[in-house]
Amino acid sequence: MKAVDFDYRRPTSLAETCALLSEGGGDAKIIAGGQTLVPLLAMRLARPTLLIDINRVAELQGVTESGEAVEIRACTRQARALADPMVRAKLPLLAKALSFVGHEQTRNRGTIGGSLANADPAAEIGLAALALDAEMSLCSAKGARSVPVGQFFVSPMETALAPEECLSTVRFPAWRETGRIGTGFQETSIRRSDFALAAAAVHLVLDKSGLCARIAVSLGGAGAKPVRLTAVERALSGGRLDDREITDATALAHDGIEAMSDIHASAAHRRRIAGVLVARAIAEARDQAVAGRI
Amino acid sequence: MSQHRIDLTVNGKTRSATVPARLTLVDFLRETLNLTGTHTGCEHGVCGACTVLLDGEPVRSCLLFAVQADGAQIATVEGLAPDAEGLSVLQDSFCELHALQCGFCTSGMLMAAHALLTRDPDPSEEKIREAIGGNLCRCTGYKQIVEAIALAARRLKGANEPAPERGGHGG
Repeated sequence: MKAVDFDYRRPTSLAETCALLSEGGGDAKIIAGGQTLVPLLAMRLARPTLLIDINRVAELQGVTESGEAVEIRACTRQARALADPMVRAKLPLLAKALSFVGHEQTRNRGTIGGSLANADPAAEIGLAALALDAEMSLCSAKGARSVPVGQFFVSPMETALAPEECLSTVRFPAWRETGRIGTGFQETSIRRSDFALAAAAVHLVLDKSGLCARIAVSLGGAGAKPVRLTAVERALSGGRLDDREITDATALAHDGIEAMSDIHASAAHRRRIAGVLVARAIAEARDQAVAGRI
Repeated sequence: MSQHRIDLTVNGKTRSATVPARLTLVDFLRETLNLTGTHTGCEHGVCGACTVLLDGEPVRSCLLFAVQADGAQIATVEGLAPDAEGLSVLQDSFCELHALQCGFCTSGMLMAAHALLTRDPDPSEEKIREAIGGNLCRCTGYKQIVEAIALAARRLKGANEPAPERGGHGG
């Protein structure tokens, strides 16, 4: 099918983008990489009257270091972020997650902010952002506000973004804990690079004596939005992360995992693979930290 | 209806047109420019049949509106062959190793493979499989496509290798 007719504007600044958004009211929609939006338009699940193309807004592109954080502008292509030396060095979990996002053809257009703003519950970028406690900058003609990623995702395809707001920057604060960092990313999908039936992301730091100084565990794809498994994190903090500890901690999470059923998998199946993936991702991160590869 | 004037380069030629905002790049290529080598498959970004190069990088032309390609360099399958009579080394390898049957996915496969070989002249089998991971083929089982891309890579490096002998399945 073809998209219904719409007006098209191509601003060159964030201020102009925000002005167009407020003019358009709820009927305007931002297009960045278009890898989620254009299929929705083609299937007529979305019918905006105005598309605001932010691909030529220079201030919405690029990766920069800002104090104790790495900032990724919303319209930075996934392929650019994946190849970016700063992302690889400072955000190894995001780099790992990005290699699971779509295919080369879609990563060449798809953006970091576009994936987050579309809030598919199975999307990998949101899952990594949640583990890394990202902060989202939301801009409108009235000003800017910052929303922690944990409050950003509301339900499938729904975020804290108001209709007149544009996601401008995603800020990844550095962890204060020092030691050996390890990351794990595991997912199960029907086809390689497809959206996940369930996926787990883990970021951890081991201190000098090999104990877990801090760990973040997030789970996506199973339920309506990605979630942090805080009970697992609490159980493993300060531990040695041996296989037994990981199995016991993951079992804690199993009953609390909210999972959905659809044509691809039942809730019970999702819950089961979620537990396995979480355990594998923690072990992967531990092994990486022990080997000192980051 | 919002109409937009666009100027872009397609296979080295400057093309200009006035297009409605909702016209996808693949429809612009096929219906406005009559470049029907790029195929429309699923029209929602799943199959990869419409893969073209946008400023040298493979993208899905059904997920881009023509107006967004204003000022861009586009390469399609029609631009691969060195002249009207011949085929490129990659296209030749596809023919020789029976890397196509119905041909529907072929132009997308060729563009994805062309982008790979431009970037990486000596790709591993894993890299080849990854590069065409976004392109669906329902006939070949992919094996011959992977072999054809590997053969093209060897030939382009100057190894000048003949096609391997194949069994008598015809094809």
